[in-house]
Amino acid sequence: MTAIDVPVAVPTPHAKTSLLRRLVRRPVSLISLVFLVVVAVIAITGRWIAPFDPNLASLQLVLAPPSSEHLLGADSAGRDVLSRLLAATQVTLAAALVAVVTALVIGVVSGLIAGYYRGWFDAVASWVTSLVMALPGIVVLLAARAVLGPSVWLAMFIFGILLAPAYYRLVYAAVTGVRGELYVDAAKVSGLSDVRIIGRHILSVVRAPIIIQSAIITGIAIAIQSGLEFLGLGDMSVPTWGGMLNDGFANIYKQPLLMLWPSLAIGLTAIALTLLANGMRDVLERTAVVRRRRRRAVTTATGSIAAVTTSFSLSGGDASELDDSAPLPVVGDTIVHPDDARTSSLGSTPILTVSDLRVAYEQSEGEDIEVVHGVSLQIRKGEVHGLIGESGSGKTQTAFAVLGLLPRGGRVTAGSIDYEGTQLADASESAYAGIRGRRIGYIPQEPMSNLDPSFTIGYQLVEPLRKNLGLSKKEATEKSLALLDRVGIPNPKRTFEAYPFEVSGGMAQRVLIAGAVSTDPDLIIADEPTTALDVTVQAEVLDLLRDLQRERQMAMLLVTHNFGVVADLCDRVTVMQQGLFVEQGPVRTILGAPSHAYTQSLLDAILDEGPARGPLISAGTAEGGRS
Amino acid sequence: MLMFIVRRILAGIVLLAVISMVTFGLLFLDSANIARRILGQNATEELVAQKAAELGLDRPLAVQYWDWLTSALTGDLGRSWFNGQLVSVSLSGRLSVSLSLVIGATLISAVLAIVLGVLAARRGGWVDTVVQFISVIGFAIPGFLIALYLVLIFAINLHWFKATGYIPIAQSFSGWLASVTLPIAALSIGAIAAVAQQVRGSVVDAMSRDYVRTLRSRGLSSGSVVYKHVLRNAGGPALAVLAVQFIGLLGGAVIVEQVFALPGMGQLTVSATTQGDIPVVMGVVIAFAVIVLIVNLLIDLAQAALNPKVRLS
Repeated sequence: MTAIDVPVAVPTPHAKTSLLRRLVRRPVSLISLVFLVVVAVIAITGRWIAPFDPNLASLQLVLAPPSSEHLLGADSAGRDVLSRLLAATQVTLAAALVAVVTALVIGVVSGLIAGYYRGWFDAVASWVTSLVMALPGIVVLLAARAVLGPSVWLAMFIFGILLAPAYYRLVYAAVTGVRGELYVDAAKVSGLSDVRIIGRHILSVVRAPIIIQSAIITGIAIAIQSGLEFLGLGDMSVPTWGGMLNDGFANIYKQPLLMLWPSLAIGLTAIALTLLANGMRDVLERTAVVRRRRRRAVTTATGSIAAVTTSFSLSGGDASELDDSAPLPVVGDTIVHPDDARTSSLGSTPILTVSDLRVAYEQSEGEDIEVVHGVSLQIRKGEVHGLIGESGSGKTQTAFAVLGLLPRGGRVTAGSIDYEGTQLADASESAYAGIRGRRIGYIPQEPMSNLDPSFTIGYQLVEPLRKNLGLSKKEATEKSLALLDRVGIPNPKRTFEAYPFEVSGGMAQRVLIAGAVSTDPDLIIADEPTTALDVTVQAEVLDLLRDLQRERQMAMLLVTHNFGVVADLCDRVTVMQQGLFVEQGPVRTILGAPSHAYTQSLLDAILDEGPARGPLISAGTAEGGRS
Repeated sequence: MLMFIVRRILAGIVLLAVISMVTFGLLFLDSANIARRILGQNATEELVAQKAAELGLDRPLAVQYWDWLTSALTGDLGRSWFNGQLVSVSLSGRLSVSLSLVIGATLISAVLAIVLGVLAARRGGWVDTVVQFISVIGFAIPGFLIALYLVLIFAINLHWFKATGYIPIAQSFSGWLASVTLPIAALSIGAIAAVAQQVRGSVVDAMSRDYVRTLRSRGLSSGSVVYKHVLRNAGGPALAVLAVQFIGLLGGAVIVEQVFALPGMGQLTVSATTQGDIPVVMGVVIAFAVIVLIVNLLIDLAQAALNPKVRLS
């Protein structure tokens, strides 16, 4: 009957007024709203502004065409169509209102009780919901009419009961979401009564969604009521849109215009209600997005540097060998340090060269938002390059840009990404063919969400092997099992056949590493590969990554916010801040003698007296979301 | 998996029992007046009492229900009070008409909704805008209004189809096809709109999932990821909406059959309702409930096939 997902808004005291204001700025919503207001005014005044008595029949006027006196003509009983249409508006809308109010009262009250107190009421209510959903509404209404007779009001009351689950589910979901919130707990502790908590904190959350749902339900109620009247099952003594439609349809060959007016009234009202509901939903959703963004922007700006924590302590020494007096070259906004003894042994053949890369996101309204503001970096063959910075600095966006896998709306707006001579900046899918998955592998941050829960782990390993390396199913299976064994999974066969939700997070991350290296890539892009893991597992996974990197001589771009990981694995490192690279150089130089104030403040935030072992750090302050 | 099916079937039987009990109670509660309504206001008390006894309405409600239930379990749903025909016989004759409409509409709307939804989600831009706009309008306009205008345009003005009448499939396939095309179109439009919206939403959602990016990072093309992984994961929510739509289509068929004068369940329901033919109304309600429960069971099985979490738990 009705299953519209309505977003639940963050509670705001002024949601209602500002919602209306923003709504009227959208032309479609404004037109719908004006139309509905006109219909409502007609519903209230219709009886008085009607030029004739809507029930006055005249034999001379039977099926009369429109004339100056009877603007819309007359129906099969010779009654003035315009007058009937105006009067019918009142009956039709009032009947719909009965259904909506009934549904609203039952649905909201039971939803609040079930969501707030849970317990048996919850179970009973959800069972009754499935009972109500087990029959088409119109069949229930017809059965009721067989017993109760043709009353519009009674029928709409019963229909209201049938529609109550739509509100119930909405309120229930909102209440169960809110009741665990701290401010509700705080209200409880400060001794507010349940009624006041529900009224103040919970109803404010569901108010806007309820208005949206009501618009949709009003449309449904008008449709079903008109349908009943159209079938001739309504109360013929009062004029309704459906009843007029019935008369028009019966005389479709003699006077087709008769059908037009009531169907226009029904159709346009239904469309206006739906468009208005959609408009409100869009406005609400946008508010939620803007608010989320704003919140994130605030955390980034005032972002605690402590988010970049590590217990790495520097052994020192090498840094003093550098010549501090020589001016450091600055490329763009980036301070670039020269190679030290260790990094110069890497050779100078670049595998990936990123220059002046810019990444921006399209906005539905207004200008694009740029998140990476022109960054350059070079990764040499076999080099492990760390990309470090706090949450929201654009590390992950840079990594996704290289992979050509930016989220919807994001794209490379300028600069170049050169992978051994192939240009990948803003490149087509075909440019990436043979590179992504074949030459560049990717290890994601969150192990669980990066495996498809609907397919077995084995399937997800075998599928790319067959596609990229052209292996047979048997060969691909053998290779996958060997890889699972190589990444330290105790029972490869069992994991191969398991679904992702049947293995632990550490195992899942090993599976993802196996997947990334399965096609023998030359470059691995690892996006915070250990952040989501338990502390003890982190160390093991880092060891595995280091071993695999050495064994296969792969280059690696390691995105992290953890200096411990950088010190442990990287040859060179780039420090990123607010979409820019601020400092770049050999890991010992950056950690031992940072030049940029931001790098220094990041390092100062490290707890000096921590244990020397890098990876065993608390990830409690781990980055929450992607930049 | 077997336990899952058994549990669903048992839950369905319980639900059916409750529906039959509640419906029977409501329909027969007013026993005293039922006989009077059949005979008219002028009938004598004696005649009314005699009629009530003849129909068994003078017995306690619980006894009447037990009687109905025990014969219903053997497939006997009683006889019409007006033409004396067996309810089960009139139902079975009309079931095929209604089901051919509803199943046809379900299949067509599922296919078109998936195509439109995936198109809108993947292409974005103006394709998305157009599909969304059509969906909103198709969802908003009541089905019977669409039916009326299809009759007006394609039957009355263009003469492409006959406005009314039903030709059984056994008699002539092409005739059957011609007689159900407009009704199925009228039924499908609303369902296509609703399901396409859902498919679009779930595909957009599934495409933004981390595992889609990871699979693509392994060199799988965006197309193959969409058809294998995205659709499979988007299928669950879409099926749930399709189940709700199916119930809506059954209800819609009641009205559409009336518009096209098709001899289906809807017509039987409407005529029984206006006559107050309670045994037929009761039979119709039970038939609808059984159909809904069977469809819900099938949808649950499809969900289990798509989603290993359902299957394994």
